Amino acid sequence: MTVPRRLLIPASLGAGLLVLPIIGLVLRAPLSTFGSLLTAPATLSALWLSVWTSTASTAVCVLLGIPLSWVLARAQFRFKSLLRGILLTPLVVPPVVAGVALLSAFGRNGFLGAPLRDGLGLSIPYTSIAVVLAHSFVAMPFFILSAEEGFRALPPRLEDVASTLGADAWTRFRRVGLPLARPALIAGAVLAWARSLGEFGATITFAGNYPGTTRTLPLEVYTQLQADPDAAIVVSLLLLIICVGVLAALRGRWLGGLR
Amino acid sequence: MKVRIDHAPLHEIDLTFSSGVTTVVGPNGAGKTSLLHAIAGLSPAQSVMVGHREWSHRPPEQRSVGLVPQEGALFPHLDVLHNVAFGPQARGVRRRAALTVATQWLDQLGIGHLAKRAVTTLSGGESQRVAMARALAIEPAVLLLDEPFSALDVGVAEGLRVELEPHFNDRITIMVTHDAIDVATLARHVVVLEEGRVAQVGRLHEVAAAPRTAHVARLTGANVLRGTARGHVIDLDATTQVHVGSSSNGPVLATFAPTAVTLATSPPLSSARNVWHTRVTQVLSTGQITRVHLASPPIWADLTPAAATELNIAVGAQIYAAVKATEVSVTETKTAPAPNR
Repeated sequence: MTVPRRLLIPASLGAGLLVLPIIGLVLRAPLSTFGSLLTAPATLSALWLSVWTSTASTAVCVLLGIPLSWVLARAQFRFKSLLRGILLTPLVVPPVVAGVALLSAFGRNGFLGAPLRDGLGLSIPYTSIAVVLAHSFVAMPFFILSAEEGFRALPPRLEDVASTLGADAWTRFRRVGLPLARPALIAGAVLAWARSLGEFGATITFAGNYPGTTRTLPLEVYTQLQADPDAAIVVSLLLLIICVGVLAALRGRWLGGLR
Repeated sequence: MKVRIDHAPLHEIDLTFSSGVTTVVGPNGAGKTSLLHAIAGLSPAQSVMVGHREWSHRPPEQRSVGLVPQEGALFPHLDVLHNVAFGPQARGVRRRAALTVATQWLDQLGIGHLAKRAVTTLSGGESQRVAMARALAIEPAVLLLDEPFSALDVGVAEGLRVELEPHFNDRITIMVTHDAIDVATLARHVVVLEEGRVAQVGRLHEVAAAPRTAHVARLTGANVLRGTARGHVIDLDATTQVHVGSSSNGPVLATFAPTAVTLATSPPLSSARNVWHTRVTQVLSTGQITRVHLASPPIWADLTPAAATELNIAVGAQIYAAVKATEVSVTETKTAPAPNR
């Protein structure tokens, strides 16, 4: 080990910054009421809502993100880097701004929301659909980043051989590109799911905070923090356990040690 | 097949390929792999005519080429059987039928037992067989091989050459190689590329007789004889033998340089163990050396123009050729020998 000593102090401070709050959360866990708070109807309802909306938005990210990433990785067209930049902005935009943007587009007076409401009688804001939409908006870039990199890393020789063997562009995508990029796609889906599960700002802005329909686990934490801090801590711990559990479960099985 | 290409890195290429093996030789960066890619449709060409069909506007999947890139490039996510079935399946053969075709090709190349193996667990020789089976399974009109044996042990490579030669000769086969043994044992025609241009082209004997560069001379002039070893003696056929310094048994390749052959008009009194009385079939002089081809065994001998004049070398002349046993290197192979060509 040849790490210079002077690096050890900032390194420990950095580790502490990340680890100490989690220790604090665990230390504050109310042991006597933990079980009852965990199984409270409000918690269970938020848990169920979070799980299904995150899963649904991950499905949206995968189904739309794979074709989009393949286009970004393979197609040559003008303004491609500009398009990629725009697609990745949700990574850096504050989630509350994302919520306002979604509201501006799909809200009652938005340029998509107004015709949807007048034409089809459909109103998206403040519904579970809005939750899925908000999650997808913030999570999609995580998936695209991972998937596009996975597609770019494919050895071109394999696709060359596949084409001489008779595979057209669709078959090459389906039988060579997709299976070979699988680890990157799974990693991207996991990132997208985790990002969805933790989504707060865009959701509360665009979908509101209605128990049962739009109050996901993070919103439940926020709500409980004002009424019952113990409940907020229990729900926070639940989120923490889910995230760590999912990472640990996927680590060995598909990601080969999550580089 | 007529090929015209004038896209960088290739310039003014205008070649005709017939069935059997054409080896493409030349220094690194000469455009050998680019030539294969242009024929496959992976890069542009002015014209690729196969029979009366113009291929240059067809994408690779609508041509009929079997490409074996360097190191095989097997699909790592498919097992051996599905690698070989990929081509037939991509060409619309139903899954079951494609797997049957793949099984037949694996059996034909002697690797039926590998069908269920993951390709990442194969040895170099096994991988190369699978890559060949995959390319042949689509019964291509044109087979494109990019240094197919360069990563293999000499013995394994020679075994594969013998086995695959019939498949190469069934169709137009174009092989990029740096290996004199590939050229000597397989090539009917040789194309020499230099800096993207055709520097020399012709039948093997024509190119070997008047090599443009030392590199081409080394690649085309090697004496490579196939035979069966019994200790220190190799039988080439019923009447011709080669004595060698090392002992082995079974099918072998005997190789020696054209410069190791000495010629004489009367039985030489030298200590050389190999002395053949034979006939001159070809004489070519390139200033520095005179290169002589002999009938039996079919070998090249290089000598100085002065010596050639002294010996009165001419096509049809009877002559004695001598080679020391220690000049001959022997490579054991794993399969039955094919006749010398």
